Amino acid sequence: MANLKASLNLRDKGAEFWERSPKWRRVAMAMSFIAFCYALPFLNNPLINTPGSDFQSVLFYPVGMYVLMAIGLNIVVGKSGLLDLGYVAFFAIGAYTMAILGTKTALNFWEILPIGVGLAMLSGVLLGTPTLRLRGDYLAIVTLGFGEIVRIFAVNTDSIGGSRGIAGIPTPPDFFNAKFTILDPKPYYWLLLTFTLLIIWMVRRMAARRPGRAWDAIRQDDDVAQLMGINTRKYKVWAFVLGAAVAGVGGVVYASQILSIVPDQFNLNISILILACVVFGGIGNVWGVILGAVLLAFTPERIRFLSQPRILVFGIALVVMMNLRPDGILPKKKREHFDPNWDTVEESGEGEIK
Amino acid sequence: MDFALLHDAFWGLTFDGIALGAIYALISLGYTLVYGVLRLINFAHSEVFMIGTFAALVAASGIMGVKVEDDPRTGGSMILTLVVCLVVAMLASAITAVLVEIVAYRRLRQRGATKLATLISAIGVSISLVELFRIITDSLPREFPRIMEKTFLFSYAGADIRNDKVIVIIAAGLMMFALERFITKTRLGKGIRAVSMDENTSTLMGVNINRVITVTFFAGGLMAGAAAFFYILVYENTSFKVGFFLGISAFTAAVLGGIGNLKGALFGGFALGLMETWTSAVFGTAWKAVISFIILVLVLLIKPTGLFGESIQQARV
Repeated sequence: MANLKASLNLRDKGAEFWERSPKWRRVAMAMSFIAFCYALPFLNNPLINTPGSDFQSVLFYPVGMYVLMAIGLNIVVGKSGLLDLGYVAFFAIGAYTMAILGTKTALNFWEILPIGVGLAMLSGVLLGTPTLRLRGDYLAIVTLGFGEIVRIFAVNTDSIGGSRGIAGIPTPPDFFNAKFTILDPKPYYWLLLTFTLLIIWMVRRMAARRPGRAWDAIRQDDDVAQLMGINTRKYKVWAFVLGAAVAGVGGVVYASQILSIVPDQFNLNISILILACVVFGGIGNVWGVILGAVLLAFTPERIRFLSQPRILVFGIALVVMMNLRPDGILPKKKREHFDPNWDTVEESGEGEIK
Repeated sequence: MDFALLHDAFWGLTFDGIALGAIYALISLGYTLVYGVLRLINFAHSEVFMIGTFAALVAASGIMGVKVEDDPRTGGSMILTLVVCLVVAMLASAITAVLVEIVAYRRLRQRGATKLATLISAIGVSISLVELFRIITDSLPREFPRIMEKTFLFSYAGADIRNDKVIVIIAAGLMMFALERFITKTRLGKGIRAVSMDENTSTLMGVNINRVITVTFFAGGLMAGAAAFFYILVYENTSFKVGFFLGISAFTAAVLGGIGNLKGALFGGFALGLMETWTSAVFGTAWKAVISFIILVLVLLIKPTGLFGESIQQARV
């Protein structure tokens, strides 16, 4: 317990250090972090290397992709408290848009990207508008079923390849010096990283403004939020749609790198793993979520030398970690710690999905 | 679309649907019991079921010495084998369920962790169990030896009534009856109902909450184990993935009827079994999950707490 308290303080101290830093130091820290992320493919450190699989591909998928999707799912689950178990559906819609339009039309990656994101958002609206009045576990099963339906639909529709999927998806056109080829995952990683940073920036801005406050209120108490005049339906659908858009981006980029997709890549396990990333890292806190996603995506690759039991080890690690730190590795900072006027609400009880 | 098949074989399909529905209903009882007490989806329940199928397999081939190539047993030996397999499967599943509670739930519950944290912990247990059995079985499906000769008892309106499915339906009915008696009549059952109404108040009234929760998981596990044996008796094979598919259907059934409500789970199980069998005759088996899901969404839109509502109406659902 003492150890646990100390590590909790470490997290608060880190946040405090950031809050108290002058602007130049913050910029320098952020810049060096971003530079480090971009330089990651060139690091050849035996500690973080992945024996048994190419480190640079691992950086793109699963690590980069999980981070992106976990940030997107965090808008839905972490910020507004809606349990979505079918998040992979939006990823699949993005990927299939890229695959179908890329193979059947002359559109290139950059033209398909907005279409894929738009379709993912549209399906978010279509799923969200009728179902978001359901709460908690009912919403969970509806979203879970939606994820399965998208997969089953893809398996059984021969015009989009059926269970064989779609092959020969074009790569993005060259972007200045970066050449997108199947052999080199680095440009894809940088592309994904750029999108991820943009999305983090967008989510952070949004969380500090009216939508973020509305989501907080909805998560803490739906009824009270509505009584206070928040259009809860609207903000819930927005959270859902924004989450879907992020997964759509991920899907389009993924399909353009992998070259061929099959429906079974988009199974329930992905949804559950992404949810695990969000909860494991620290629900609601974007840095915690990123850390969780990196750990959960990277660990199975790092321990690939265990080959057979690696997923077993992963499952056990999940149980042990949740038992030791139920709020995640980097939980959302406690507001009252910084703002003495803040009502003494125990945050850990409030993130709960009612 | 093949409505002719549905029309011609309607009673046969209905009979099959009831047998499948009985299995779903038994599994969804486990979801609903745990949900009623803890307000949590037990994500590892599908693996409780999976372990039951393997336990039945071990009981048949290991304890009773039935081999796949053997002739089916007859008479007393057959009945003994059936009963031993059933009891072993039920006990194995129940013990697994209790262990799952201790490993995945107890500590988190006592620390007042969020629902999501508990959910992930249960998912972790589920992943571990699936992987454990994947490694043990080398990713291969396992065949269940034929214990009993499968014959058609009689024919009704063109439907051939097969003996193993009759056994499944009758035995499942008895299980559900026993569970219902247990919940309504016994002291422990009363405890379960009290905790599902109000945890704090029932603690104040002297209900031993840890024991109630253990008993709830145990009872849910017994039902899942019975379902596992019936499943393997009818379909005669299992694999490490079996829990996933059956689990999702059973969970859908529980929600369809109104999760937390025992009658709802029963009704949802049978309704889903029938719907899946009928719709797969019309649209092909590939689409059955889609159809039953669409029906679920429609039901939830009209009645957001499932067909029967949650048994314990809370101020907030």
